[in-house]
Amino acid sequence: MHRKRQAIRDHSAEANLFARRASIAFIIVVMMLGVVLNNLYSLQVKQHEVYQTRSNGNRIKVLPVAPNRGLIYDRNGILLAENRPVFSLEITPEQTDDIDATLDGLTQLMGITPEERESFNSSLKGQRRFKPIALRTKLSEEDVALFSASKHLYPGVQIEARLARHYPYKDALTHVLGYVARINKKDLQKLVEAGQEDNYAATHDIGKLGVEKYHEELLHGTVGYQQVEVNNQGRIIRVLNVDPPVPGKDIVLNIDLSLQIATQQALEGQRGAVIVSDVKTGGVLALFSNPSYDPNLFVHGISRKNYSALLNSPDRPLINRATQGQYPPASTIKPLLGLVGLEEGVITEDYTIQDNGRYQLPNVSHTWRDWRKWGHGKVDIAKAIEVSCDIYYYDLAYKLGIDKISEAMYEFGFGDFTGIDLYEESDANMPSRGWKRARFNQPWYIGDTIPVGIGQGFWSTTPIQLSHSVTTLVNRGERIIPQIIRGYMHADSTVEVIPLKTLRPIEINNQHNVDVVLNAMHDVVHGKEGGARHTFADAPYQSAGKTGTAQLFSVGQDEKYDAEKIDERLRDNAMYVGFAPFENPEISVTVVLENAGGGSKNAAPVAKKVMDFYFRDRVFDTEISKVDE
Amino acid sequence: MKKNTLNPNKTSFLQRIHIDGWLFLSLLVLMSVGLVTLYSASGQDTGQVERQVTRLALSVAVMFGIAQIPPGAFRRLSTYAYIAGLLMLIAVLLFGDMGKGAQRWLDLKVIRFQPSELMKLAVPMMVAWYISKFTLPPRTINIVVGFLMVAIPTVLIAKQPDLGTSLLIASSGIFAIFLAGMSWRLIGFVAMLLGGFAPIMWFFLMAEYQKQRVLTFLNPESDPLGSGYHIIQSKIAIGSGGVDGKGWLQGTQSQLEFLPERHTDFIFSVFSEEFGLTGVIVLLIIYLCVILRGLIIASRAQDAYSKLLAGSITLTFFVYVFVNMGMVSGLLPVVGVPLPLVSYGGTSMVTLMAGFGMLMSIATQKRFMSR
Repeated sequence: MHRKRQAIRDHSAEANLFARRASIAFIIVVMMLGVVLNNLYSLQVKQHEVYQTRSNGNRIKVLPVAPNRGLIYDRNGILLAENRPVFSLEITPEQTDDIDATLDGLTQLMGITPEERESFNSSLKGQRRFKPIALRTKLSEEDVALFSASKHLYPGVQIEARLARHYPYKDALTHVLGYVARINKKDLQKLVEAGQEDNYAATHDIGKLGVEKYHEELLHGTVGYQQVEVNNQGRIIRVLNVDPPVPGKDIVLNIDLSLQIATQQALEGQRGAVIVSDVKTGGVLALFSNPSYDPNLFVHGISRKNYSALLNSPDRPLINRATQGQYPPASTIKPLLGLVGLEEGVITEDYTIQDNGRYQLPNVSHTWRDWRKWGHGKVDIAKAIEVSCDIYYYDLAYKLGIDKISEAMYEFGFGDFTGIDLYEESDANMPSRGWKRARFNQPWYIGDTIPVGIGQGFWSTTPIQLSHSVTTLVNRGERIIPQIIRGYMHADSTVEVIPLKTLRPIEINNQHNVDVVLNAMHDVVHGKEGGARHTFADAPYQSAGKTGTAQLFSVGQDEKYDAEKIDERLRDNAMYVGFAPFENPEISVTVVLENAGGGSKNAAPVAKKVMDFYFRDRVFDTEISKVDE
Repeated sequence: MKKNTLNPNKTSFLQRIHIDGWLFLSLLVLMSVGLVTLYSASGQDTGQVERQVTRLALSVAVMFGIAQIPPGAFRRLSTYAYIAGLLMLIAVLLFGDMGKGAQRWLDLKVIRFQPSELMKLAVPMMVAWYISKFTLPPRTINIVVGFLMVAIPTVLIAKQPDLGTSLLIASSGIFAIFLAGMSWRLIGFVAMLLGGFAPIMWFFLMAEYQKQRVLTFLNPESDPLGSGYHIIQSKIAIGSGGVDGKGWLQGTQSQLEFLPERHTDFIFSVFSEEFGLTGVIVLLIIYLCVILRGLIIASRAQDAYSKLLAGSITLTFFVYVFVNMGMVSGLLPVVGVPLPLVSYGGTSMVTLMAGFGMLMSIATQKRFMSR
């Protein structure tokens, strides 16, 4: 039946119809593929650059590379702050078959604590599986050895090294060097304000204290960049380009490590500070504040227990006494006040007073006493310095008046920051009428002036101010800002010395006045009645100095000061300033001992120990000459 | 040999083994391009390439086997294949295996089988058989019946849900009706009807994830890390290829795995990234050769059934190409249609090559058929 119907079909007409339809279909096919092609043309030619950029944006990431921090050397080229590799144990989850079994194994091997395990597990949850997670951050050498021996048992576990600051001399230099520690939120905010956040993008630690903080910009260097190709997981496939970081500058300090350690030993068991300065350059040769602490504790994050122990210690080890401690200067400023008196013409070299142990102002009932109850008899300026006569200085202060004292002492650096390269510095207080008005809203009384004559009353100074004033005196008014940094160490071990920082010099009208004062200071050490003559009796060098005993406790009128009866913290501070050699001074030594008692008995011997070391015991390293010039 | 294939009047070796030389050559070139691209897209995984070679060999064997069957046998099988396919589709909906959130597989214990693949051939066979029973051009009533024959499996497959396959099946049937000479007026009317059907489909037939795909297609940047990620990364791959491409194995989008599904549905993006517009044009020309050859075979076929079947298979092949290229380049929404003979994957390749086997049979067996 079918065949029959087919027989009457017009096959050629049907074939033509089909051929027409097939042709139309082919044209439509070509047109539609044309649309596809047009779309591809638009993507690949017209918008090629847009997609090229997006493709690169997908695959290319720029990673910051931290610069190596500059090293810190002492003046003889001894390394004081170095970068040491620290090892951490890290696990890459992706490469580890059974993390729990691995952790169990490591616990058995090197005693992973439950805390370490817990912190590992918590970071495990939020991280990409190919990123290594630290299990223990500071491996001991023993840990490293233990693990290395059985490394093959733990696939996906590796030891990672990173450079971290290390201070080999520990507490000897803490108040000079300070330390670095992890950048915290506050640091980050400061970096953002300074526009430095990009430069620190890869940096782990930042200077928190001391030279490390003050010279952060020199030590840090400039961040580098690494252009890497990453896949869709963010895994680095290869490094395309490296713009290497510029390492921080290696710096050389004025500090002499051996002298620094000698000062540390001289201060042992005492709360206080010692500063040794190079009077020719203002360079700080040694600066020690006791007690000190180990700065390495802070580098890897100090434990809460250790930190609160430091913070709550009654000895306050965190304070840098040399630059932050504020002490009445006591008699140590007598040479300076004497010079001011001579220069101002209110006294002469020959002017004398009669000291009978008591000083009274007309119409004032208060009686000021000399430290020696019966007085020193007839006293001129030279003797007043040698025996540290108080009455002479009450009189001198009265004659000068607070305005002149205040102005002159401010020029010598009191009441202001010295500009030493440490942020931990206090400006202490040089009292004046204006200051008292502002501070207490009270007028200045004449009675306030008298104790200023012996470095007491409202006057407070820092040891670095005292040290700075001695340098200025020895240099006859030339003012050099004390500096810890000496220069830069170049790759070939030569040192580029930073020029001295100076201030406008103090004008001296008559150089002879300086000689009078300096000679008197020499008499303190070598004179018949000098306060430090016993201490320095056997010194093989000529030196000059001035003792000081600062009262912290007001003894009532006609009462006797009895150290035994007074609370230890209220006992006198012992002070000493000195320089040597007398003829051609090289160094000055400033000593402050808290609650130690008399300056000549307690502070002078510390100064002598330091000077002895400098002039007699110090081994002159051949390296020094090489480094110096 | 090639010369002989150009001349249908001579019996050549190829004709004796029922192979159309031009078509077979084009298919082999496509497969080779596919393997080269797959090696790159799989991240130089020779194992994957080997598995694909095995599948290709199997598919070629299937094609070769089917080419030996005379077209008359297809015609006689049409109704059985269609009815069997329909029953299986219903079975799938009732007891099918879930795979990737869609119910497409029928577990026959021995082999897992996708009835929708059978329907890719059974629907054009059935429609061609039905339409060619009557004189061409078909009458409206025949066309309506023909459309029904297409619509039932299309809806069943769309419900699995497998939008890509239902689209391919619908077009294969419609192409047969179109080629049979359905009047242009009726075509216009159907187009309008389909336009009206679109909102019904949106609200009643499409699953949430399918709607999401369409929305993403309309604005992929609205969710660049979620549903828009595929298409954005694909466009970046294609666009960054430029005119000359990044070079074989050098495509960063694919090698660094930014491009998802890069060895299956999105292999064209890998190809475009690495070989650029130049490579794309060459590839399009090869596809066009296949389509042109298929339409020539259809036009030269002896009887209406063979013409309609051959034409439908060829145009459906085009739909694969168009939809795949369109979807990876952002022209069409992402429906899971592979790039024929290039994408990695088994089932659809066997079906495609079975179709080409029918084309080969139609191309080479006409002289043995009685009038």
